Amino acid sequence: MFLNVGPAHPATHGVIQIRTELDGEIVRKADVEIGYLHRAFEKHCEEATYTQCFPYSDRLNYVSPLISNFGFAAAVETLMDLQVPERCNYIRVILSEISRLTDHLTCIGASAMELGAFSVFLYMVKAREWLYELIESVTGARLTISYGRVGGVKADLPEGFEKECRAALKKTREVLKEVDELLTGNRIFYDRMRGVGVISARDAIAYGITGPFLRSTGEAYDVRKAFPYFVYDRFEFDVPVGEHGDNYSRYLVRMEEMQQSIRIIEQALDSLPEGPTNVDPEGEIIEPDLMSDLGKYGKTSGLLKNEVLIQPTLQGSEKRYHDRIAAPTKEAWLPPKEQVYSNIEALMNHFKIIMLGHGLRPPPGEVYFPVEGANGELGFYIVSDGTDRPWRVRCHPPCFPIMAALGSILEGDQMADIVPTFGSVNMIAGELDR
Amino acid sequence: MEASITLKKIKEGFGNDVIEVDSPFQQDTVVIAPSALLPVATFLKEDPELQYNYLMDLTAVDYWKRKPRFEVVYHFLSVANSFRLRLKVPVAEPEPKVDSLTSLWPGANWYEREVYDMFGIQFTGHPDLRRILLYPEFEGHPLRKDYPIKRRQPLIGPKH
Repeated sequence: MFLNVGPAHPATHGVIQIRTELDGEIVRKADVEIGYLHRAFEKHCEEATYTQCFPYSDRLNYVSPLISNFGFAAAVETLMDLQVPERCNYIRVILSEISRLTDHLTCIGASAMELGAFSVFLYMVKAREWLYELIESVTGARLTISYGRVGGVKADLPEGFEKECRAALKKTREVLKEVDELLTGNRIFYDRMRGVGVISARDAIAYGITGPFLRSTGEAYDVRKAFPYFVYDRFEFDVPVGEHGDNYSRYLVRMEEMQQSIRIIEQALDSLPEGPTNVDPEGEIIEPDLMSDLGKYGKTSGLLKNEVLIQPTLQGSEKRYHDRIAAPTKEAWLPPKEQVYSNIEALMNHFKIIMLGHGLRPPPGEVYFPVEGANGELGFYIVSDGTDRPWRVRCHPPCFPIMAALGSILEGDQMADIVPTFGSVNMIAGELDR
Repeated sequence: MEASITLKKIKEGFGNDVIEVDSPFQQDTVVIAPSALLPVATFLKEDPELQYNYLMDLTAVDYWKRKPRFEVVYHFLSVANSFRLRLKVPVAEPEPKVDSLTSLWPGANWYEREVYDMFGIQFTGHPDLRRILLYPEFEGHPLRKDYPIKRRQPLIGPKH
């Protein structure tokens, strides 16, 4: 019997069609059809300036948009040979890991729901909501964040972020424990997941599969460990691997990866460096107006070493925060908004970067920058011809090779196993079809 | 800068087919003649010292008005050594054609379909070369530089 699953089927979390050839309940052949969400990301990027590409890159992975945002920014930075400040790298690590958490929560929650565990879905979406709120407090949006910038990030972490973040992580841990108790030893869940959707390490590598899907087979490749980017080499974390390469292993790997992500975020929060601030020789913060007074009395020894903040209002401003999250190069970094509105230099600087025909101009060349997305290696291959628009932007989507292998994984399994196997792929149509 | 072991080995083994060798941003890049693609890829995969077991990415770039016009770009990864290699193959018009790597990596299947879909480059030896992201009735290959971004397709019909 021939049966179409999709393109509009409740169990397909994105628009996709699986054409199956059934023999009773057994899937003999499965042909996966993709492309329903093709939005010409790569073609659009060729028409846009580098800055204008960021909103497009948000829409690649709509569950963890920050990772693709930062991946694109890091690729352009490599091309321009830019160094971003410490604090910015830490912010990127923290937000990437929060995104990984939201992604895995969605994946496990949704696949558990499809197997009938509806409360797990509600618990996990509740935890995801706390993390989305964190993301919203930093970026101003939940999904269409556009928070990455070439040479930095849009804004510094808000006041009190650390406290809120720690509280949210603590609550998320509790949810994970709850879900672990509900699912891991659950007979029904175990029977549906164990030994289903099996792929060997050899096949996974031959298909080019990375991420949790690969690690469930026992191969411990993780971009964060193999090619550390941002500041991942400073944190201690483990790369969990599975044994059997089946749905249950993938579930366990994802659960453990979330624990590791929380571990990374907590370490990053502990060592989050402050950028340059105004301090006296004893390390106490001084107000800008007092600083000039000290200078008047000849007490300048401490001032020479430290940065003096000059602002029309002398109230301290965004400028200080700005320096610690953005590279100090005028060619790349957008000046702070209050400066754009108040002085001509910043306005011109802003104009030169934003307007079509001006803009960032990376030198001619090409670069491939991989980051560890929630589903595996997410790579950006950018070819620049020296103008303000990229000649070619190629996004290597992590779930593309998994979907390529999906047909052969499904073959031989039961018809009802399509749903959990497809759920464990965690297909994100936005990045699959681009 | 000293050439990496991969570049050295490729130069030694396939000296006549190597067009250009470079390492921009410490990323090894080799341009080879199209005829040498399959032997070089097999060598990379099977050489015990290199072990490029991953075909991480396969794409193409349209250098419009340059000759040869297209370049098919392969990104290989060796997990054992943490090496990456970018292999580029120039492909000329009017009938852009290059060997398929599906016999070495089954994962190449969909990547090559995508490149065919977007650039119209043919892959000889591919088992099932058809469009993947777009539909069969789509006319033209959208990532070619001479495809206007606002062209409307016959199935969608004219505006108004």
